[in-house]
Amino acid sequence: MATGLKLKELSKKEDLFTHGHRMCSGCGAPIVVKMILLATDYPVVASNATGCLEVSSCIAEYTAWKIPWIHTAFENAAATISGVETMYRSLKKRGKMDKDIKFISFGGDGGTYDIGLQSLSGAMERGHDMIYVCYDNGAYMNTGIQRSSATPLGADTTTCPAGIAIPGKIRPRKNLTKIMAAHNIPYVAQASPSNWMDLMKKVRKAHEITGPKFINILSPCNRGWRSKTNDAISLSKIGVNTCYWPLYEIENGVTKITFKPKEKKPVVDFLKPQGRFKHLFAPENEWLLTKMQEEVDTEWEKLLKEEQCV
Amino acid sequence: MKQKGWKDLAPGSVILEGGNAVNFKTGSWRAFRPVWIEENCIQCLFCWIYCPDMAVKVKDSKRNEFDYDFCKGCGICALECPGKKGKKAIEMIEEGK
Ligand SMILES: Cc1ncc(C[n+]2csc(CCOP(=O)(O)OP(=O)(O)O)c2C)c(N)n1
Ligand code: SF4
Ligand code: SF4
Ligand code: SF4
Ligand SMILES: [Mg+2]
Repeated sequence: MATGLKLKELSKKEDLFTHGHRMCSGCGAPIVVKMILLATDYPVVASNATGCLEVSSCIAEYTAWKIPWIHTAFENAAATISGVETMYRSLKKRGKMDKDIKFISFGGDGGTYDIGLQSLSGAMERGHDMIYVCYDNGAYMNTGIQRSSATPLGADTTTCPAGIAIPGKIRPRKNLTKIMAAHNIPYVAQASPSNWMDLMKKVRKAHEITGPKFINILSPCNRGWRSKTNDAISLSKIGVNTCYWPLYEIENGVTKITFKPKEKKPVVDFLKPQGRFKHLFAPENEWLLTKMQEEVDTEWEKLLKEEQCV
Repeated sequence: MKQKGWKDLAPGSVILEGGNAVNFKTGSWRAFRPVWIEENCIQCLFCWIYCPDMAVKVKDSKRNEFDYDFCKGCGICALECPGKKGKKAIEMIEEGK
């Protein structure tokens, strides 16, 4: 029986991701993982590409995971879980197992948009019955905030430092959610921990669909975003309300925006509280703010049109 | 937990006890302490769902005290707490004060 998506009911469930993990105070990633596992009413096996989540949830002989969990290298989290899923199908076919088990792979943006993209693409194309979850904090945070292809335009990172030579990252983000949709897999979605119900519904839905699924989740990192330890939820909420991080799903090719802000906020509301964008508010970088707003608007308009194309 | 030598580890460094991170207390990281003001609490459990450190205890769907052994003092719960009639049910105070 599925647990109702009410906090009162969910709170009766066991924490499958425990305290004692060593993620920074106020990190968004453990909130994301906790919500995913709370939404999962099946036995689940996970793989995890290296990155903050992997490194800090399993240090030496301590693990925060109460599920079978496999640490993998940076580039092959999807390949690892696809192997486990294949073994599971084989055991089931031979009558050696009858449980319904679900498979999830976790990766950061560096491990997903960049380094693990080939293994992710391969696993999706082969059609494994699994969910790949990317927690996107917009840089290689664990090794000290290096830019990734998920780093937003204008962000200051240690490998695209804002200064006289460049005003932070001069390339826009890669739209990985759309790249995954182009694999024509049955389910692709974007979610945010601020909208917990929406996030959990997407996880629930994904579990009930056979085949490869991909969910991209905004995951604030106060260290890399140069923000406060208390703002993981408020920032992800502003990310959604500015349409910087639209909440939508693409199910069998059909796009549905799952949350439309009543009033679309200007993208500066998302940028202002983050130190990584501080330099953008200097007069000479104003063009970048305009460019960012234009990019957000264009993507949002595209999404609205895609939704109408049914 | 006592430190182990390599011979004491399971082959492949597999950890056989899931969730044993509960033996590693992170409460000492805290610089600010959340304090629960029960009379302003509407039992919405937002603090529970948003806490990155599973440090809000809930029993039979009712919010209980903070788990100070693990709370890192981020302040997310205090910021997100709606409270009652504009009065927050969580306040952050500096540790050691
Ligand atoms: C092949 C390889 N290159 C580099 C590293 C070093 N490394 C470990 S974690 C990490 C950053 C991970 O970034 P991301 O996937 O975005 O996760 P985050 O730390 O931001 O959560 C890097 C570069 C590695 N482990 N393996
Ligand atoms: S560096 Fe960022 S992503 Fe990594 S644990 Fe700290 S807050 Fe989380
Ligand atoms: S201060 Fe942070 S870690 Fe402590 S209970 Fe509140 S949300 Fe959890
Ligand atoms: S968020 Fe505030 S009002 Fe809601 S349960 Fe927690 S303490 Fe009570
Ligand atoms: Mg990252």
